[in-house]
Amino acid sequence: MKKKLIPLGIFVVLVVFLAIGLTRDPHEIPSPLIGKAAPMFTAPNLLEPSQQFSAKDMLGQVWLLNTWASWCVACRQEHPILVEFAKTKTLPIVGLDYKDQNAEGLKWLARFGNPYDHAITDKDGRIGIDFGVYGVPESFLIDKAGVIRYKQIGPVTEEALRDKIVPLIRELQK
Amino acid sequence: MKYWLALVLALQCALSSYAGEATPLAEDPVVEQRMISISEELRCLVCQNESLAGSRADLAQDLRRELRELIKANKTDAEIMDYMVSRYGDFVRYRPAVKPITWLLWFGPFLLLIGAIVMLVRMVRRNQRGAESPVLDAAQRKKAQSLLKDSETPS
Amino acid sequence: MIPEIGHFSLILALFVALAMGTLTVVGGQQGRADWMALARPGAQALWLLTALSFGCLTYAFFTNDFSVSYVAQHSNTKLPDIYRIAAVWGGHEGSLLLWLMMLCTWMMAVSLFSRQLPEVMVSRVLGVLALVAVGFLLFMLITSNPFLRLSDIPADGRDLNPLLQDPGLVFHPPMLYMGYVGMSVPFAFAIAALLNGRLDAAWARWSRPWATAAWICLTIGIAMGSWWAYYELGWGGWWFWDPVENASFLPWLVGTALIHSLAVTEKRGLFRNWTIMLAIIGFSLSLLGTFLVRSGVLTSVHAFATDPKRGVFILLFLAVVVGGSLTLFAMRASKVRAGGAFALVSRETFLLVNNVLLTTAAAAVLLGTLYPLIVDALSLGKLSVGPPYFNSVFAPIMLPVLFFMVLGSYARWKNDSVAELAKKLRPVAILSVLLGCSAPFLAGAWSPLVALSLTLVFWIVLGSAQQIYRQMKDTVNWKSTPISFWGMHMAHIGIAVFVVGVTMVKGYETEKDVRMVVGDTVEVADYTFRLTGIHEVPGPNYTADQGDVEVIRGGKVLKTLHPQKRNYFSSTMPMTETAIDSNLLRDVYVSLGERLEGGDKPAWAMRVYHKPFVVWIWLGSLMMALGGGMAALDRRYRRKVAASAVAINPKIKGVAA
Repeated sequence: MKKKLIPLGIFVVLVVFLAIGLTRDPHEIPSPLIGKAAPMFTAPNLLEPSQQFSAKDMLGQVWLLNTWASWCVACRQEHPILVEFAKTKTLPIVGLDYKDQNAEGLKWLARFGNPYDHAITDKDGRIGIDFGVYGVPESFLIDKAGVIRYKQIGPVTEEALRDKIVPLIRELQK
Repeated sequence: MKYWLALVLALQCALSSYAGEATPLAEDPVVEQRMISISEELRCLVCQNESLAGSRADLAQDLRRELRELIKANKTDAEIMDYMVSRYGDFVRYRPAVKPITWLLWFGPFLLLIGAIVMLVRMVRRNQRGAESPVLDAAQRKKAQSLLKDSETPS
Repeated sequence: MIPEIGHFSLILALFVALAMGTLTVVGGQQGRADWMALARPGAQALWLLTALSFGCLTYAFFTNDFSVSYVAQHSNTKLPDIYRIAAVWGGHEGSLLLWLMMLCTWMMAVSLFSRQLPEVMVSRVLGVLALVAVGFLLFMLITSNPFLRLSDIPADGRDLNPLLQDPGLVFHPPMLYMGYVGMSVPFAFAIAALLNGRLDAAWARWSRPWATAAWICLTIGIAMGSWWAYYELGWGGWWFWDPVENASFLPWLVGTALIHSLAVTEKRGLFRNWTIMLAIIGFSLSLLGTFLVRSGVLTSVHAFATDPKRGVFILLFLAVVVGGSLTLFAMRASKVRAGGAFALVSRETFLLVNNVLLTTAAAAVLLGTLYPLIVDALSLGKLSVGPPYFNSVFAPIMLPVLFFMVLGSYARWKNDSVAELAKKLRPVAILSVLLGCSAPFLAGAWSPLVALSLTLVFWIVLGSAQQIYRQMKDTVNWKSTPISFWGMHMAHIGIAVFVVGVTMVKGYETEKDVRMVVGDTVEVADYTFRLTGIHEVPGPNYTADQGDVEVIRGGKVLKTLHPQKRNYFSSTMPMTETAIDSNLLRDVYVSLGERLEGGDKPAWAMRVYHKPFVVWIWLGSLMMALGGGMAALDRRYRRKVAASAVAINPKIKGVAA
C-alpha cells in the first residue's frame, strides 16, 4: 500500500509548487547588480549635449537613476509620481533617456515635466546594457559609495516609493 | 570612331549586367559564426522565450552588437558569458550553469535512470523467483498437512 | 440571438454531463443497469449540444458579429473566410470550446465503436469522460465564456494575430487537441478498470486501440505544429523545447510507453499496474499542459493571455482529477502479483527497458520545463532552461531506445537466449555498423554522432526488413499475417526515417545571411540563388514586398521562389513568408529580411538555407502514425466479446438482456 502512495505524494508536491508559481511573475528578472558597484559611466547632457555627466560626480551622495524614453508608454504612468517626489528634494534624481532622439526627449519633458537634477542620454543603449536594463522604465537607487542598493523594475509606484525606496534612502543617507 | 563607340557601349553593357556575388550581411563571417553560437546559448530578455540569436527585438540587436565587439576584443567564451550574466543574472543563460542549485536538474535524469534500471532488475529477478514453487513456513506446513489428512479420509 | 443559444447549449450540456456522469459511475458501483444504460445516449446528447454551441460560435465569426467580445478580439472584416472560421480556436475561450468538442467527439466515438465491449465497462468509461467534461464546462461557464457580449460594439475587430493567419491554424490545433484529449480515453478505461476491480488481459485488449488512436492524433498534431513553425517563422527551426511544445511532447512519450505496456498486458497479463499508471499519467500530463499554457506560470511564445483566476481553476481541476485517480490507484491497484514470469532475456524485458527509458526521458523533459518555476517558487532566484539543456539530456536517453527496439521485436515472449538473438541479428548488426559509419563520408564531413545515429537507423531498417522477409518466406500463408505486424514495422521504420531527417539536418545544413541587390547571386551547397526582382504585392488584409529568387543548379534554373515580407494593417510587426522548394533529398529555403540602408541601389537582407533530408522528419512522423493506424485496426480488437466470458453480476437490477 505504501509504495502505491508514492505517485500521489509526488503529485501533491507538484501541485504545491504550481500553486506558489501562480503567485509569481515569470517576467520579473531580479538584478544581479544589487550590492555591486554601479558602472562608472559618462553621458552627454540632454539639454546641453556638449556637456558630459559623469557618475563619479555623484559619489558621496545617495541618488536615483531613472531610465525613461519618449516612446515608452509605461513611463507616462510613473512620471507624475517622480515629478511630485522631486519637489520634496529628498535626493538628486538623474534621468537617463534610453535609446531616444534628443528632440523627442526634450519635447516629452517639456510636456510632462522635468523632475531631473541631471537629464542625460544613452542613444545606443550601452549604458543601459551595463546596468542590465531590459525594459524601460527601470530605476536604480545608488548609495554614497556608488553601490547599487535597489532596483525598481517597471514604473515607480506610490507604494514602492513609500514602502521600499524612501525608507531605504533615509537609511543610506545617515 | 565607330569602333571605339561600339567598344564603349559594349563595355558599359557588360559592366551594368555584371551580377555581383551577394555580400555577406555580417562584416566578418568568422566573428558572426562565433556570435551566433554564443547567442544561441543566451536568452532574449524581452521576448516570450526566444534565443538571443533568433530574436528581432531591439534589445536583442543591441546585445548581439555588444557580443560582436567582445569577440573582436578577443574575449573568451567564458568571459563573454560572464559579461552577460553579471548584468542580467543567470536567467539569461539557456544552458543552466552547473551549480548546487542546478545539481538536481543536471544529475536528476541520470539518477532517475539508474534508479529505474535498479528497480527493473529487481522486478525481473522477482518475477523469476515467483515462478519457482513457494516455500512454506512451519505454521503453513502444519495446516497443509492437516488439510491433506482431511482429504485422505474416505468420504 | 445565436450567441445566446450557444451559451445556453453549454449550460444544458453541463447538466447533461453532470447527470449522466454521476448516474453511470454510481450505477456501475451499485450494479444498476438502468442508470448505466444512460451512458451511450448521454454521450450522444452531449455531442449534439456541444456541436450546437460550437456551431453558434462559428456562425458568429463567419457573420462578423463583433457584439461578441471574443469575436471582436480575434477577427476582422478583412480576414479571409477560412481564417475567420479557424479564428474560432485562435484564442483562449474558443480553444477551450474546441477542447470540449474534441472530448465529446471521442465520447461519441466510444459510444459508437464499442459494441464488442461489455456494457458495464463502456458505461463507466463514458461516465468518467462525462465528469471530465463537467470540469471543462464549469471552467468555461465561470471564467472563460466565449459568448460574452460587448455593450459598445466596435465597427471592426482587432484581427487575428498575423502569425496565425496560415493554413497551419486550420489543421494543427484540431489535430493536436484530438490527441491531447484522446489521452482521456485510455485514462477513462484505466479508471473504469480500477472501479471495476478487473485488471486483466481482456481489459488491455479493449483499451489498446483507443490508446493507439489518441497516440496517432498526437503524433500528427505535433508533427504539424513542427512543420508549421518551420515554414512560418523564417528561421528554419522545427523544434524549440518551448514549454508548450514540451507540454504536448510529454503525453506523446508516455503514450508511446503506454501502447507498448498495453502490448505486454494484453499478451501476458503482466505489468498491469504500470499500464494503469501510464494511462493515468498520460492524461494528467495533458491536463498539466493545459494548466501551463493558460495560467501564466511559464513564459512561452504559445501562451494564451492569462488571468490568475483561470490558473487557480485549472489547478483545482487538475488536483481533483489527478489526485482522485492516484488515490483510487493507491486503493484499488492490483495487490495480486501477476502469475506469469519472464526471463532476463525476453520480449517482456526489452519492452520494459524501453518503457523505462521513455518514461525517464519524459521525466527529464518535465523536470527541465518546470525547474525555473520550482526555483522561483522556493525564492532561490530566476533561471532559464533552454534548448541546450534539453538537447544534452534528451538524446543520450533516447538513443538506447532505438537499439532495444529491434531486440524487442525479435525476442520471443517469456524466454529467449542471447545466443539465439545474436545468431539472428549478427548480420544485421555488422551491416548496420558498416553502412552507418561509411554513409557520413558520402554526405560530407564525418562525425561520430552522425555515424552512431545512422548506424542505429540501419539497425532498425535492416532489422525490420529481415523480419518481414522471414515472415513472407517462412510462413505458409503470409498474406494472412495480422495487419498489426505490418503496422509495427511501418511505425518502427517511420522512427528510423525521422532520425535520418534530424541527423542529416543537424549535421549538414548550411545557410548564408547576405545583402542582396537585384541581380546579385549567392551560393549555398551546390545551389545558386539569384534575386531577379522585388515588387509590391497587395493582399486582402496586408501589403507585401515580394522577391523573385531563381534557384539554379548545374546552370539550369530549377524554380523561382517568392519570399515575402508582409505588413498587416492590424499589426506593426512585419511578417516573413518564407519560400521553400522541397524534395525528398533537400529543402532550399529563402527568407526575405529587412530593406537595408546604404548603397545606390535598394538592397535587401536575405537568408538562404540548404537543409538536406529535412522533410524526412515529417515523413517519418506520418509513417509512425500510419503504422499506428494499421495496428489499431487489427481484427482482434473488433471481435465481439463472447457472452460466457463476461461474469454476470447477480446484483444487476433492471431489464434483462
